[in-house]
Amino acid sequence: MNLLTKAAIVAVTLALAACNNPRGGDGEYGQYGAGAGGISSTALGDPNDPTSIAYFNTTIGDTVNFTVDSSDLTDQGQIILRTQAVWLNRYPAMAILIEGHADERGTREYNVALGARRAARVQQFLIAEGVSAGRIRTVSYGKERPVEVCAEQRCWDANRRAVTAVSN
Amino acid sequence: MTPISRRPVLGLLAGLAFAPRIALAQTPLRIEINEGVIEPVPYAIPDFVAENAAAGQYSAGISRVIANNLTGTGLLREIPTSAHIGRITSFDSPVQFSDWRAINSRALITGAVRVSGAQIAVKFRLFDVASGTQLGDGLQLDGRTDAWRRMAHRVSDQVYSRLTGETGYFDSRVVFIAESGPRDARRKQVAMMDQDGDNTQYLTDGTALTFAPRFSPSGDRILFTSYESGFPRIYLMDVASRRRQVIGDQPGTMTFAPRFSPDGGSVVYSLSINGATDIFVLNLSSGQRWQLTNSNAIDTAPCFSPDGTRLVFESDRSGTSQLYIMPATGGDATRISQGQGRYSTPVWSPRGDLVAFTKSHNGQFHIGVMGVNGANERLLTASFLDEGPTWSPNGRVIMFTRETAGADPSLMSVDITGRNLRRVPTPGPASDPAWSPLLP
Repeated sequence: MNLLTKAAIVAVTLALAACNNPRGGDGEYGQYGAGAGGISSTALGDPNDPTSIAYFNTTIGDTVNFTVDSSDLTDQGQIILRTQAVWLNRYPAMAILIEGHADERGTREYNVALGARRAARVQQFLIAEGVSAGRIRTVSYGKERPVEVCAEQRCWDANRRAVTAVSN
Repeated sequence: MTPISRRPVLGLLAGLAFAPRIALAQTPLRIEINEGVIEPVPYAIPDFVAENAAAGQYSAGISRVIANNLTGTGLLREIPTSAHIGRITSFDSPVQFSDWRAINSRALITGAVRVSGAQIAVKFRLFDVASGTQLGDGLQLDGRTDAWRRMAHRVSDQVYSRLTGETGYFDSRVVFIAESGPRDARRKQVAMMDQDGDNTQYLTDGTALTFAPRFSPSGDRILFTSYESGFPRIYLMDVASRRRQVIGDQPGTMTFAPRFSPDGGSVVYSLSINGATDIFVLNLSSGQRWQLTNSNAIDTAPCFSPDGTRLVFESDRSGTSQLYIMPATGGDATRISQGQGRYSTPVWSPRGDLVAFTKSHNGQFHIGVMGVNGANERLLTASFLDEGPTWSPNGRVIMFTRETAGADPSLMSVDITGRNLRRVPTPGPASDPAWSPLLP
């Protein structure tokens, strides 16, 4: 399924789901909250349920990728972020944390700064799409939290990313 | 208060140091560090003499720590004790130099250890075997038995200094990040060890992600960045008490890459807000803060010159990451990196004449040095990923992080001549080393 088709389906699904309220607190992993040991959990719900965080994370897509040293949004990235914004505007109670990440092919401090720049770029885009600035925080992990672990281009490509993490 | 005291050893040979210079004959033993490729100078260090029974458990260990330090410089090569002909059974007996010449030893280190209660006394002498003369006076170090390794490092510094004419670097520590666990959920703890990799202590418990610890100029405090709050923040820790506090915090921002000023009174660091990363300096006693750069670029990894008047830092204001120098009060910055590739993590040398850096070019990473005006760039290493140089207290050795493709990171050291690349022993994967000054 190409991205535009996917985005169209997501948009239709969101329209159909507009009368629903977001859920997530009643999933099998229990109520969100900080548990013992400082570990918090958020019920993700069913990725087929357009009101669920799982739907946001996997069906819409919580991640956009970047090219080397860049914080420019790709065409694909902009499509994903517009769809994210529609969903986020529909569920204004959801808190948003944008995580910026870099690949491992740079020094530690530079990568923290680069991740911060990527996270800020996504933040600006979402605000321009109508998401309230007050809901959004940003953090950079630099190269400290790769999503793919290998010493190859495909992993570095996947690790240059910004992830929109939502919680209720 | 210094736990180790030192005094000259009075004995049969101490008087030799006062012999007329002409009696030394030939060229005195001297190692010139600056020469390109040198043949390591052979030396012998028989096990130090245990002068009483209680000293027995320390004497051999002390000589081994010294030998490990000296051989590790790459400037000296130890002749194994199994090849020795001569035996040192008493610290003050005359040395039979012919025994040491016969095995081609150029230098000889003798020593003795005495323990009384919790106190240990370590004596040593250094000889130029060819001329049969002592280099410098014999010296005795007194301290607590639990400081025996430090005393061995002190002796090593003395020997190094007498042979090279330069200050040593062995009685020093390194803070670093001890890594464990899977690479996508890495556990990273601030740790501290002796310069030779011994005596590792963990300063944070690993529940929060940490990186890039730095020593204060007197070695009593460290700075590091931690995600304890969920966001990168700078922490200042007192090494002795392990007490720590957040500094430079500003809600809605990320703060990282801290370093002390040479007087220890200020911290320079970078702060990210709305995607821009700029350099700030914070006065630790007044809490006053100044912004030194102001642009949409990434300005980070700031480091003071040893005299405190200037800062070297990295910036991508030109489009790629390059090195710049500006006054410590801010103002116009001059680009110093001129070669191809990306430059980052600049660190001013203790002598003030060089800047060490990380360079990436054509898929390779290098540790290098250049003059403070950018001239005479020399790359010392090349690998899949080398980064984050730190200078030994005497400016002769650089330690850094090396990661080979798909493998765990480890600490490496290399002479500023580019020779003697070595792995620094750590208990597990390690990164982000920062060298302390010589301990007081």
